[in-house]
Amino acid sequence: MYRSHVLVCGGTGCTSSNSPKIIETFEAQIKEKGLEDEVKVIRTGCFGLCALGPVVVVYPEGCFYSEVKVEDVPEIVEEHLLKGRIVQRLLYDETKSTEEVKPLKETDFYKKQKRVALRNCGVINPEDINEYIAYDGYQALAKCLTELKPEEVIQIVKDSGLRGRGGGGFPTGLKWSFTAANKADQKYVVCNADEGDPGAFMDRSVLEGDPHCIIEAMTICGYATGATEGYIYVRAEYPIAVKRLEIAIAQAKELGLLGKDIFGSGFDFDLHIKLGAGAFVCGEETALMTSIEGNRGEPRPRPPYPAVKGLFGKPTTENNVETFANIPTIIREGAAYFASMGTEKSKGTKVFALGGKIKNTGLVEIPMGTTLREIIEEIGGGIPNGKKFKAAQTGGPSGGCIPMSLIDTPIDYDNLTAIGCMMGSGGLIVMDEDNCMVDIAKFFLNFTVDESCGKCTPCRVGTRRLLEMLDKITSGNGTLEDLDKLEELCYYIKENSLCGLGQTAPNPVLATLKFFRDEYVAHVVDKKCPAGVCKDLLQYKIIADKCKGCTACARKCPVGAISGTVKNPHTIDTSKCIKCGACIETCKFGAIVKE
Amino acid sequence: MLKKISKIPFSDTPEQAAKLDAIIAECAGDASQLMHVMQVAQDIYGYLPFEVQRKIADGMNVPLEKVYGVATFYAQFALSPKGKYAISVCLGTACYVKGSQGVLDELCAQLGIGPEECTEDGKFSLTACRCIGACGLAPVMVVNDDVYGKITASDVKGILAKYAE
Repeated sequence: MYRSHVLVCGGTGCTSSNSPKIIETFEAQIKEKGLEDEVKVIRTGCFGLCALGPVVVVYPEGCFYSEVKVEDVPEIVEEHLLKGRIVQRLLYDETKSTEEVKPLKETDFYKKQKRVALRNCGVINPEDINEYIAYDGYQALAKCLTELKPEEVIQIVKDSGLRGRGGGGFPTGLKWSFTAANKADQKYVVCNADEGDPGAFMDRSVLEGDPHCIIEAMTICGYATGATEGYIYVRAEYPIAVKRLEIAIAQAKELGLLGKDIFGSGFDFDLHIKLGAGAFVCGEETALMTSIEGNRGEPRPRPPYPAVKGLFGKPTTENNVETFANIPTIIREGAAYFASMGTEKSKGTKVFALGGKIKNTGLVEIPMGTTLREIIEEIGGGIPNGKKFKAAQTGGPSGGCIPMSLIDTPIDYDNLTAIGCMMGSGGLIVMDEDNCMVDIAKFFLNFTVDESCGKCTPCRVGTRRLLEMLDKITSGNGTLEDLDKLEELCYYIKENSLCGLGQTAPNPVLATLKFFRDEYVAHVVDKKCPAGVCKDLLQYKIIADKCKGCTACARKCPVGAISGTVKNPHTIDTSKCIKCGACIETCKFGAIVKE
Repeated sequence: MLKKISKIPFSDTPEQAAKLDAIIAECAGDASQLMHVMQVAQDIYGYLPFEVQRKIADGMNVPLEKVYGVATFYAQFALSPKGKYAISVCLGTACYVKGSQGVLDELCAQLGIGPEECTEDGKFSLTACRCIGACGLAPVMVVNDDVYGKITASDVKGILAKYAE
């Protein structure tokens, strides 16, 4: 028995800011003090509050130390672990309280969250199957294999109301029943972990923090649909997730929870990991299967649907990581428990990767029906630097944006679709008044032009034409007629593209046109970028009254465009200026403006 | 995605050749392992020269055009070598809205190269990548395995100086 447990976040965010070295130092220091039999150091998955990483939590007190540096470790060991005195200066501000440490659950960030898919993330050591089992792991699988018939499993999933978390929102139980109904000598289960939406990292965090729940869920799906083999298709950019999955699969096989005759039921199931190689379109289910087969990841026309003819031409069920992550809880706690959360047509919870201009960047899981305002203002802690909220972008390159006027919309599949947005896989990027919405639309179009696989013309050529029009507008050469053409082409691409990538690629343009048409008009008519982003429409100017002549800007300017003598107002030569903004950053007097 | 194809003459060591032969032998006969073989080959050589693609095609008994097709389809496969220090700047949404484009522009200016290019001395190569998943640290740049988070354009010079040797 250990008297204290030190949990250190080993997710990608905290690993990038040196958490492996922190773990090493903890272990060395604890050994030095002779505490190795009393204190255990555990590398966990993501705690969610990435903005404050690297994160260290010490139990039993539940102290949440944030932004810990390697140099802070000796102090924590000496003071906290040896002498039992909490290191107040490193505590997360919100958990500081006069008497004892305020539990994490009561902080604004965690209070409104409900963890189902992420229930074990930041709680267990993902590289130890025994910890997963201690938290009810593999109980759901045992229940399915020993007590339930495959059709009963499917009925439970149907009753739970679970819908696909990859963005489409198709009812999961129904999807499983389609595959189950087809007879074949071989069927497959595929887990889509090709999380390509830039700015989204929900699936990665589940794989890193709780890999066994995916293995358990895929095996359950295999049993329910009659499949004996599964593939997990993971982005190669997620090395930590891949490593933990490999460890988890090996451990599950060793204990007989994967492989032949699981739980003595006669049911066999085997799992393989396939690495992606960086192609956004592979997140589309048919493209993903083509890629697993070793080809260019181009989508196939549907029908035939994967439930009939999927991977290697066999009936296949494909679900996203977060969808699978909900399955063990649904089986264990029952469909009614899951269905008690959420809204009428969207049950359960949804994980969002909160990023952009928000204080608490990180991973949040909320019941469906929570409003965007609650996520941004309460959980997210609002916009930093006193800036004003402009929009939240969901669904990445396939999604839309939610403006201030709709911030009180309860988030679920149908509400978001109704306002011309989409749930997406869970990327939620907050933008403030300094972001230009035309530029954001252009950013996403740049992405889709790069990632269009080229198989069908509406997507390959259409997205490029859209990008060219946006370029024209942001460089100040657009006309009002272009805005109508833009919209017309968007609808054409949506209706005529082969797969989801092309069908949704115009969404960022349509959504920004709908909610921020005035910004487009400002670019076209006034030749101005109200947010001050589009470089071609900007001029940098020094306000003579405010300039003290300190010469800081002139020294900083990389192209020597600023001239003037000491203690006299300077001027910018706009023909030389490359609009890099270095001068604005340098000026202490707020004397430089862009307009 | 348009890829730059290296014109540097190909040469390899017997060790590299032996490793490549081993992985091809292991996977020959299963065409679905093609990407895996190419990923291992890229680990061995740092990129996929034409000669290596041909060897894979012959060994796996798939047409060369298919190997080339796969190599040009996926962003991960490089057809020209990377620099001693491979720099990537994240242009994922979270980094972009926090100004990573400015970081990339500054790197281009400092190094005198564009994205997907390598400096003449082979020391630095530059790529713009899509989301490494460290969105809490946005904007982020990576030099080989070192991650730099919450950076601005003015930090670029100092970071590059660390690799001046």
